[in-house]
Amino acid sequence: MASELKVPTMAEFFASGTVPEVLFWVGCAGSFDDRAKKITKAFVKILNKANVSFAVLGTEESCTGDPAKRAGNEFLFQMQAVTNIEVLNAYEIKKIVTACPHCFNTIKNEYPGLGGNYEVVHHTQFLKDLLNDGRISMEGGNFKGKRITFHDPCYLGRANGVYEAPRDLIRKLDAELIEMKSCKQRGLCCGAGGAQMFKEPEKGDKDVNIERTEQALETKPEIIAAGCPFCNTMMTDGVKNKEKEGDVQVMDIAEMIATAEDL
Amino acid sequence: MQYLPNIIFVVLLIVGIGFFVKNVSRLKRNIFLGKEASVTDNKPQRWKNMVKIALGQSKMVVRPIAGVLHIIVYVGFVIINIEVLEIILDGIFGTHRMFAVLGPVYDFLIGSFEVLALLVIIAVVVFWIRRNVIKLKRFFKPEMEGWPKKDGNLILYIELVLMVLFLTMNGADYQLQQMGAEHYAAAGSFPISSFIAPMFEGMSISTLVLIERTAWWVHIAGILFFLNYLYYSKHLHILLAFPNTYYGKLTPKGQFRNLQSVTDEVKMMMDPDADPYAEPAEDAAVPDKFGASDVQDLSWVQLLNAYTCTECGRCTSECPANQTGKKLSPRKIMMDTRDRLEEVGKNIDANNGEFKDDGKQLLNDFITPEELWACTSCNACVEACPISIDPLSIIMDMRQYLVMEQSAAPTDLNNMMGNIENNGAPWPFNQMDRLNWSKES
Repeated sequence: MASELKVPTMAEFFASGTVPEVLFWVGCAGSFDDRAKKITKAFVKILNKANVSFAVLGTEESCTGDPAKRAGNEFLFQMQAVTNIEVLNAYEIKKIVTACPHCFNTIKNEYPGLGGNYEVVHHTQFLKDLLNDGRISMEGGNFKGKRITFHDPCYLGRANGVYEAPRDLIRKLDAELIEMKSCKQRGLCCGAGGAQMFKEPEKGDKDVNIERTEQALETKPEIIAAGCPFCNTMMTDGVKNKEKEGDVQVMDIAEMIATAEDL
Repeated sequence: MQYLPNIIFVVLLIVGIGFFVKNVSRLKRNIFLGKEASVTDNKPQRWKNMVKIALGQSKMVVRPIAGVLHIIVYVGFVIINIEVLEIILDGIFGTHRMFAVLGPVYDFLIGSFEVLALLVIIAVVVFWIRRNVIKLKRFFKPEMEGWPKKDGNLILYIELVLMVLFLTMNGADYQLQQMGAEHYAAAGSFPISSFIAPMFEGMSISTLVLIERTAWWVHIAGILFFLNYLYYSKHLHILLAFPNTYYGKLTPKGQFRNLQSVTDEVKMMMDPDADPYAEPAEDAAVPDKFGASDVQDLSWVQLLNAYTCTECGRCTSECPANQTGKKLSPRKIMMDTRDRLEEVGKNIDANNGEFKDDGKQLLNDFITPEELWACTSCNACVEACPISIDPLSIIMDMRQYLVMEQSAAPTDLNNMMGNIENNGAPWPFNQMDRLNWSKES
């Protein structure tokens, strides 16, 4: 297995008087959720391998306020936003990459109005750029020819129009990308958005993640690729519910690349 | 007495258009009961959206069958209206086929109107079959029971009758032209109604004139009726789709509005020089209500959205909550908003221009919290709407009211928000542990 992760903080960069190329916004899920932490680590491994000069805020990072805003608590959202913006502006951050589409959307779209202006990219866009610039190379490895379907995160796809970066990466793995019947603009939500992740669903016939998992399983995939820690959880739960966890893996694209590169 | 038909026609026209103008002014008054919206930016993009989405029907064809059929009816409606201009002028001046002087151009026009009329009839019949025989699921949701279902069919019947009248009128006219009847000089080409004409063979000129005139009068009266039916129906979209796409959201779908009233408060809280014990100035305005519990709390664009909705249900059929059997239906959000707005408008009319509290509001009496909390904010409804309606923004505004004015969030969400407040994450983890992952193997 690869060597220890190098995860420098903004505070360390600041102390040494240098600036990183990019800030990696880890997000709450990426920091605390056991499944999502694996995505965080996989992404850091790739950043380390590509010698990207990056930093995290570490203990100075706090929730972007996305779930509070979508739950209707604009106060809490804006309190979180201005606190975060103060930290980001103090460090004169220019570019932010994050593996969470919710953080991505909030910082990119809702922080500018409150004084936080940054170039914000999703980690799949960042990885695509690394690849285009020749800073990482990708061989399919054990993903060659595998049937992979990609579940569009709402806050990456419909919300911000990013559909191709994750798909391009999957194709680069020499995998067979198969689309679900509703994908891209018409992709079905995993059921976690709008703060649903943190509450029980309302009464209905079915949970949203089960519906979406069924659509994914219809494509007979070996891997369901995700680009969001919350989608990942929902789809993983869905696959377990269908007792398919032996046949179908739910993986973030960063994890797939890290695995393919044997990082 | 020879001018009697002209006079009757002018009166009919004035009454029909006058009533329509009255409805439009009522519509405008109701829409502007909403709050201000900042929609004056980026006019070129707004025009582009209107041309592409409303005029160009670009989002209709996402669903190809309904899309193509709709384009036929739409093109038919717009183009056949050129003929209505001639009908109106003929009616006023007592002429017959005034535009016939255009010669071959006129022949081409009438010919294409006829082809379109036939296509419209076919499309309308298929639409009727989709609603009543195939019974497409999205037309049979709970909010479609009663008037909305009848309304949908009535519109199809009216369109069918208008097109049949148009072709009957032309068919009788064609037959009269063949017979060399007085006033019926050969004009126009009749690629479709010439197939109807044989039905009129053997009839006397006077009978044919009666048929032609009856069809002509009922057709124009029907059009004026339809114009005034719009306000009472879901069918206003034929007019409002244009402003609605113009005023549609230009920012990324994921970007929700930041509330300025909250920003002001937060800025004050963060300002070290602000006096936390300061009394508000005596002339200070009453602080804005947070979020929306009734239609007057929404923006006028949201209210325009509500009147524009034609209840097609594409939003609801794409909604993950609705697909999995939850009560939320984005279409119902729009219909409820419109119905409540109509109620408020009638209340104002009945009380000399002043709204009298009727003990009701949009929240609870129309839209329940259960519906609002089922939304995943995934924007599928917004994406699905062919004319840029945004049900999600209304859902979010109402959630803001529930949470910030009523503290009525579900317990789970209160826990989540408590966690964010206390430790900067939606789960109960210490902020100081945020980097622990980097040391775990």
